[in-house]
Amino acid sequence: MNKKSFYDRAGLCLTMLCAAFVIVLTMSIIYYIGSKGLSTFTSHGVSLREFLFSDQWRPDRPPGEGGPQVGSLAFITGSIAVSLLSVGISAPLGVIVAVFIVEIAPGWGQRVLQPAVELLAGIPSVVYGYIGLSLLVPLIRSLFGGGGFSLMAGFLVLSVMILPTIISVSTDTLRAQPAEWKHASYALGATRWQTIRMAMLPAARSGLITAVVLGMARAFGEALAVQMVIGNTREIPASVLSPMITLTSAITMDMGSTVQGGTWNNALWSMGLLLLLMSLFFILIIRFAVRRGAV
Amino acid sequence: MNAKSKNNLATITFWVGAGLVLLILGTLLGYIFYHGLKSIDWHFITSPPETIRAGGGIGPQIFNSFYILFLTMLISIPIGLLAGIYLAEYAGRSQLAEGVRIAIETLTSLPSIVVGLFGLLVFVNATGWGYSIMSGALALTVFNLPFLVRVCEESIRGVSRELVEGSLALGATHWETIWRIIVPCAFPSLVTGIIITSGRVFGEAAALLYTAGMSSPPLDFSNWNIFSPTSPLNPFRPAETLAVHIWKVNSEGLIPDLRRVADGSAAMLVLIVLSFNFCARWLGRLIQKRLTAA
Repeated sequence: MNKKSFYDRAGLCLTMLCAAFVIVLTMSIIYYIGSKGLSTFTSHGVSLREFLFSDQWRPDRPPGEGGPQVGSLAFITGSIAVSLLSVGISAPLGVIVAVFIVEIAPGWGQRVLQPAVELLAGIPSVVYGYIGLSLLVPLIRSLFGGGGFSLMAGFLVLSVMILPTIISVSTDTLRAQPAEWKHASYALGATRWQTIRMAMLPAARSGLITAVVLGMARAFGEALAVQMVIGNTREIPASVLSPMITLTSAITMDMGSTVQGGTWNNALWSMGLLLLLMSLFFILIIRFAVRRGAV
Repeated sequence: MNAKSKNNLATITFWVGAGLVLLILGTLLGYIFYHGLKSIDWHFITSPPETIRAGGGIGPQIFNSFYILFLTMLISIPIGLLAGIYLAEYAGRSQLAEGVRIAIETLTSLPSIVVGLFGLLVFVNATGWGYSIMSGALALTVFNLPFLVRVCEESIRGVSRELVEGSLALGATHWETIWRIIVPCAFPSLVTGIIITSGRVFGEAAALLYTAGMSSPPLDFSNWNIFSPTSPLNPFRPAETLAVHIWKVNSEGLIPDLRRVADGSAAMLVLIVLSFNFCARWLGRLIQKRLTAA
């Protein structure tokens, strides 16, 4: 084998190795988080049902008094509530803005709005959290009373954070639709709104679902921005103005201060595993939506 | 309501939506810079923070952020570029390629706190390094890699096929073509993409809390011995980055001028991250001009 073809072969192997590394990395993340997260159930004997559906969170209670209890319902409900509500705001707004960029004012949209969305995407999440903490929380306190640290502050911060994701994915999808359908709709005498509602949006449905699910995934997994504004009381929020807690913020706050290998600490790892499984679940939804859209 | 007035109403709604996004962006940036720029001065960005007294700065945090970013990029660029080359040039629709794509998708949607947990388990505990810059850089590599692979793959796919086929027709091997033609041609967009991902890495905090740690030892910036614990260059010391500092100051700060430090740090962070984005565009255009001599 001469030198040239040796290099050629070696190059292929090298790139393949790096590509394979990405797979190995993903598998090892799943393996390590999985095995650590399952120890709550295997070595501490907590039942899966208790962990998922009980709201009794007393991880530091001694065994003699019926503890420790690690029912994480409050954390799970908190995560779900905050991400659903933020998607509830961002999904309509994001799609509206995407349609605006693509269809209503393409020139202006591309020159002004798209860079603006990129700027929004570039702002780090701690900065969103800090603005929420120093601007939004006092505002909620003075407008609605209460402490200000609340579910509402959490989902408002998140809805701004996930907006760029939803807008950019929706914009790409809407652009990728064949122009003929739109033209056909106009040719039939439809107004612009009718064309958008009955031709463009239905055609882009699977892409729009992807956009919203990606936004939801981001909201579900966001840690610091949420932790800074929700007050972190370990109970299920009674209203949008009450303080609450999420899976991510529990991990953020307590992972460093709990004893490794203890029930409390392991419960936090289980929450990490739950976050991992949720993100896998979101990917599955996206794959499903894309496949249905392709047919 | 007839179709026409519905249409007008919809148009107004779309304009209001677009205006709302601009308003949000304007409020955010205005708020950050209005409050933050007041507290940024030379003393603030060079001096170390105080723990209980007023008048501290964020010098070490800025250094730590750049140092971790540098190490992260040092590790992730070779892997990302080579994996990107594989996906764009060799893979086709092979099973390995499909696996890599699924893996990238999984990593992309992974919450950064979970990446941090993985880092805590593997880079902090299993290696025995404790909270350290190296652990942080490795965790950020995991965080950065999926985006980087995608950026590299897209840049390489953007190279015109005629050039590649020309090179192959002249008798160059595939590997020679990749290094002499494809990578140089993709260079401007590679640089742009890499700088944009750097901005993301620079602002990340959740993945660093339990890998690089939330404290910095006192640093002696005249000490260049990388094995000394007070040397800023020692990769095995704990390090709090600027993004982590913003979170830390707000959640457990005891200093009396907390607001000033937080405002200044947030403005500084946004300023640096946005300048990454502008720099990426500008540099990409500049290199493009130089290379094509247009």
